[in-house]
Amino acid sequence: MGTSLLEFEKPIAELERQIQELREKAEAQKLDLSAEIAPLQERLAELRRDTYKNLTPLQRVQVARSSRRPFTLDYIRLAFSDFIELHGDRAFRDDPSIVGGWARLDGDTVMIIGQQRGRDTKENIHRNFGMPHPEGYRKALRLLKLAEKFQVPVLTFIDTPGAWAGLGAEERGQSEAIARNLLEMSQLTVPIIATVIGEGGSGGALALGVADRVLMLEHSVYSVITVEGCAAILWKDGKSPEMREKAASSLRITSPELLALKVIDEVIPEPSGAAHADHEATAKAVHDVILRHLDELKRLKPDKLVRKRREKYLRMGSFTT
Amino acid sequence: MAWFRKEKSPRRPRAERLEIPKDAWEKCEACDHTDIREKFERNANVCPTCDHHRRFRAHEYLSLLLDAGTIAEKDEELVSVDPLQFPDYPARLKKALANAGDHDAILTASGKMDGMPVNLGVMDFAFMGGSMGSVVGEKIARLGQRSLEKKWPLIIISASGGARMQEGVLSLMQMAKTSAVLSQLAERRIPYVSLLTNPTTGGVSASYAMLGDAILAEPGAVIGFAGPRVIKQTLGQDLPEGFQTAEFLLTHGMVDQVVHRHHLKRTLGQLLRHMSGKPAATGWTAP
Repeated sequence: MGTSLLEFEKPIAELERQIQELREKAEAQKLDLSAEIAPLQERLAELRRDTYKNLTPLQRVQVARSSRRPFTLDYIRLAFSDFIELHGDRAFRDDPSIVGGWARLDGDTVMIIGQQRGRDTKENIHRNFGMPHPEGYRKALRLLKLAEKFQVPVLTFIDTPGAWAGLGAEERGQSEAIARNLLEMSQLTVPIIATVIGEGGSGGALALGVADRVLMLEHSVYSVITVEGCAAILWKDGKSPEMREKAASSLRITSPELLALKVIDEVIPEPSGAAHADHEATAKAVHDVILRHLDELKRLKPDKLVRKRREKYLRMGSFTT
Repeated sequence: MAWFRKEKSPRRPRAERLEIPKDAWEKCEACDHTDIREKFERNANVCPTCDHHRRFRAHEYLSLLLDAGTIAEKDEELVSVDPLQFPDYPARLKKALANAGDHDAILTASGKMDGMPVNLGVMDFAFMGGSMGSVVGEKIARLGQRSLEKKWPLIIISASGGARMQEGVLSLMQMAKTSAVLSQLAERRIPYVSLLTNPTTGGVSASYAMLGDAILAEPGAVIGFAGPRVIKQTLGQDLPEGFQTAEFLLTHGMVDQVVHRHHLKRTLGQLLRHMSGKPAATGWTAP
């Protein structure tokens, strides 16, 4: 897909190349090389498993940011049907870094809202690298209220380095747009399930993340600040791998750590070789987990749903008395 | 005794020089006006020459706004811990406790404002840059809870660089937690007024600070989502004059009023009386 490999993925790519070469040779010369290929494939499976099992927190950040991972629109295409996109905040403009609209999950209507990154430079410029402006969050708010009006559950997909920091964003009230979503999401009378699919960057992520259930893909990350920002502020060095690694491990941003902190409710395992190795299998896993949680949430009456959601957030935090 | 040998009387020590303490004088950061500290203090730490609103500590706001003898501090026993074993966090906390006091980055209290009972939370920038961690979130949640129980209006005065990095995502979740409390207040129609002071940025501005039924700001306060330094970095150029100041936010429709500290108590009272169906403080007179 034209994006550079991460350093630790190179041995995997090399092995994949060797297998491919053998296959081509077998094809061209009409040879049976399955005896040679089989052990290599076994080795590849093992290598994939071991590599992704032993990622450091910083490597997880790199995986989470990879442009080869499935994005919101990929999940919409692979795990849902009958999608129709809705555009615009009715006040200023349409923000392409957030997509949303009606879709069906196994036949039932849901509202989907998610940040959308780009796979190449051109698309990334269009999508602003998945960093929304206030109008993106206000579009999301419009869709949240629309879903509530028609009593349809909301599914959000989180995939952003953070909310955009720029002149226009400040002029149009980035803070207010995010804050408003936090407030409205804590009183919305329909089920909300948020899934972190890539990078969950700070307030810009949380603005789609106040939910009855918060799920995280295994190799996604969720943080109060980027590892670069944290390292730059605390240790005056946001560039060196050592300081970024220190920030990544100190901030506890990986899915198992956040599950242990009870900030999220479930980790969705990724296929061997991570989400980008198999978009279909990843989407299927996401589909199944969301469906299971939605079945539980649908049984709750609106007032109980809201009460439980608030109680969950009111419990969050760690202090002594 | 020879006439020229004038008897020397022992030299008397000079009258003791008045020792002027080093901090008796203060200089305004904005206009360099120098004056005795007391004069600044008597003026609510507003510069008498240029009206620059200097930093005001949490307890100073309490005595500025609440009637003497009615102030009851709340939840002072809540103390930050180090849930993530974050490098240097315990040391930083210790330093903040020693330098800024033991109320963490927010002081919460209930009391009366010209006779009207209110719950008041005041952030203290001196405590780790007013950063919001679990204790700040919990104190606001408990204060909001008290407002729900007693139907007392809520006031929060913000001064913060944002979420406290050292508590990671737990700090981020305080944005959701405080917003959840405010949604309960909104549901029960209990008024909440937010005052933004210098600076209010990051996770605090992107949660409760921007959710007031009325939002006030102090003159000249820097208010925004991203700090000016971050935006400058992403833009690669200097920011326009006055960008992200309280006055900038007023013209862009983000706050209701920019209020001089001298008028703060009166303005807050007026707003809260309107929103809670109470008569005007001055009584009613025919126009």
